[in-house]
Amino acid sequence: MGRKIPWLSRKAIAASAAAVLSAAMVASCSSSSSSSSSSSTTTTSSSPATKAPIVIGASLSLTGDFSTDGINYEDGYKLWASDVNASGGILGRQVELKILNDNSSPSQVVTNYQTLINTDHVDLTFGPFSSLLTTPADAVVARAGYAFVEGAGGAPTVFNSPPNVADHNIFDVSLPIADEMLPFVNYIKSLPASQRPTTAAYPMADDPFADPPVQLAQQMLSALGVKTVYSKIFPAEVADYKAPADQVAASGAQIVILGSTDVPTVAAFMQAFEQQHYTPKLFLCAAGPDQGSAFLSAVGKGNAIGMMVPNGWYPGFNDPASQKLITEYVAKYGGSASGVSADVAEAYSVGQVMAQAITATGGTDNAKIISYLHGNVTLASVQGPVKFDSLGENAVSDAFVFQWQTGDVFNQVLPATAAGSKTIIGTKPAWTS
Amino acid sequence: MAREIYQAIVDGILIGGVYALMAVGLTLIFGVLDIINIAQGILVVLGAYLSYGLAARLHIDLFVGLLITVPAMFVLGVAIQWSFIRPLRGRERTSMTLLVSYAIALIIEGILYEVAGPNVRELNAWYVTKSIHLFGFYLAYIYLFGFVMAVVLVLALYALLYRTGFGRSVRATMQDETAARLIGIDTNRVAALTFGIGVAVTAAGGMMFGATNGGFNPNSGYDLISRLLAIIILGGLGSIGGALAASVFMLTLQSLVDIWQPQWATAVFYAALVLVLLVRPTGFFGRAPVRAQ
Repeated sequence: MGRKIPWLSRKAIAASAAAVLSAAMVASCSSSSSSSSSSSTTTTSSSPATKAPIVIGASLSLTGDFSTDGINYEDGYKLWASDVNASGGILGRQVELKILNDNSSPSQVVTNYQTLINTDHVDLTFGPFSSLLTTPADAVVARAGYAFVEGAGGAPTVFNSPPNVADHNIFDVSLPIADEMLPFVNYIKSLPASQRPTTAAYPMADDPFADPPVQLAQQMLSALGVKTVYSKIFPAEVADYKAPADQVAASGAQIVILGSTDVPTVAAFMQAFEQQHYTPKLFLCAAGPDQGSAFLSAVGKGNAIGMMVPNGWYPGFNDPASQKLITEYVAKYGGSASGVSADVAEAYSVGQVMAQAITATGGTDNAKIISYLHGNVTLASVQGPVKFDSLGENAVSDAFVFQWQTGDVFNQVLPATAAGSKTIIGTKPAWTS
Repeated sequence: MAREIYQAIVDGILIGGVYALMAVGLTLIFGVLDIINIAQGILVVLGAYLSYGLAARLHIDLFVGLLITVPAMFVLGVAIQWSFIRPLRGRERTSMTLLVSYAIALIIEGILYEVAGPNVRELNAWYVTKSIHLFGFYLAYIYLFGFVMAVVLVLALYALLYRTGFGRSVRATMQDETAARLIGIDTNRVAALTFGIGVAVTAAGGMMFGATNGGFNPNSGYDLISRLLAIIILGGLGSIGGALAASVFMLTLQSLVDIWQPQWATAVFYAALVLVLLVRPTGFFGRAPVRAQ
């Protein structure tokens, strides 16, 4: 390699440096957004001639880092709208969804809600996917006086954001995430001292959704005497996880609680662990294993066994409305019941709660809807009952831990005494690739 | 702590091999054509999808599949150059290629979303998850194979450029396109073939990316492009060996920072670029500009 290919003009070097900086800005500012543009899709059902449709706007991540979740959310919203319209609409009005693509970008989501509210003049708004996007979006939605019913903004930063503290307009129909790992902590606490794991690792993506529950779990497990052997936060947009995953493997931790936001993060850690011949006794992830078939196809069915994730809903939830949703979803999109993502149920629940509020208030007056939802009412959803506290958290949702088990089934396992819980796989089987 | 440092160095070197495979095509294209190919990231992802398609549908081994995906990507590269890059002329050509290649990236991404959907895919083979125990470390076969492939590829590109008539045409075009045309070199053909080669080698990088990244979807290329550009600038724009050296340097540095403070790893990655350029503006292996005409 004695001779090198030469040389370019200073102008070209400057241009390329500018390109690097531009690309870096795109990557950092947009959580890997794919473009700054947004696209619009509208679902319209046949509208009765006499009544105008109820137009509901939402921004979803149809491309970008959260695209898997975003598209699941779109399916959930559309499925709900389809069901409502098939049964005659709400107050005799058909529902029309206006969905814009935010490319998983916190800046684009703001633009989208400005467009939906100020240009499209939608009647109501549904939330985007992820706490990361819900917080900036609410600054726009709250300012316009809209109720912001959502299912994927459960981080403390969402509820405690200044716009929500001032206007109390956020309503999260799903499980608040801060306490979602408590069933797992209680499980560890319930183990006899001789069987209790003694070490734990906590690798976390830098994300408002992923970190709080992991940090709380770390704090509580430490109090139980479980020694922390690794606890670090890595950038959410990091392109490769091998180095941190190898460090976790080298720690030999018996418990790994991964503050993940998506399937690739979990899959990368699993792959690195397998390469290092390291299998933690218990492996819990903030997100990823709840993605149904998307998770299974990425990590393999054998390796999925024993993987756990906290949530408030799973496809096996013994509720007639939930089972109806599963049946409809599988009939429309294919796959199996276990493969249905929790995102679909969350999105569907958003629609259900909004529909009940519209019916109760007799229209789409956002001030009345906000007042109604804060009125100590208990509402029904496919995820179970919903009742909002003063900041819009669902105060009556229960946290569960779910686990992939033999036979490609995704079972509720914790709390062990809860109805519907199966026996937990207490020691994750060795990797099977 | 010593063991963690050694592990980080080993990881950095091996991951650096993967990045080199993704970056050499970019630096080759830049060196010959003065083009900043923003589409390189999505071309990496496309390479991963092609390998996935062959492995999942036809059960073709990932490395064997390169015998198909590399020529396919070569044809695609030639077609892109011929259709989108070649028509660009004039003083603003370099900056215009930024926009054009970005448009190409969006088109390819859109097609991938349409064809493959947003779900995450992962490339699997026995060597993806298996490892060998050497010197106290588990070294994953996929990274070892990838690193060897990166070295072989760099040597092959050097042989192509410095031991063949085509290589002489390429180098002549790089040094002075007008003079090359005057002595009878078909510079349009050289440009098309070079772009094609640059895209073709990206197929290998794409396969490695898909097998080591924990999964990919059509959006995965956007996190890559800024890093790849940083690598080729650090290595010396147009320097193929420099791309390999810079990849290993940057990824080793990042792995070492990961030990103490992973949140700083990305910042250090770019800080290292700035620091090196302050001392050596042409990067590790770049030369003083000779193209100024």
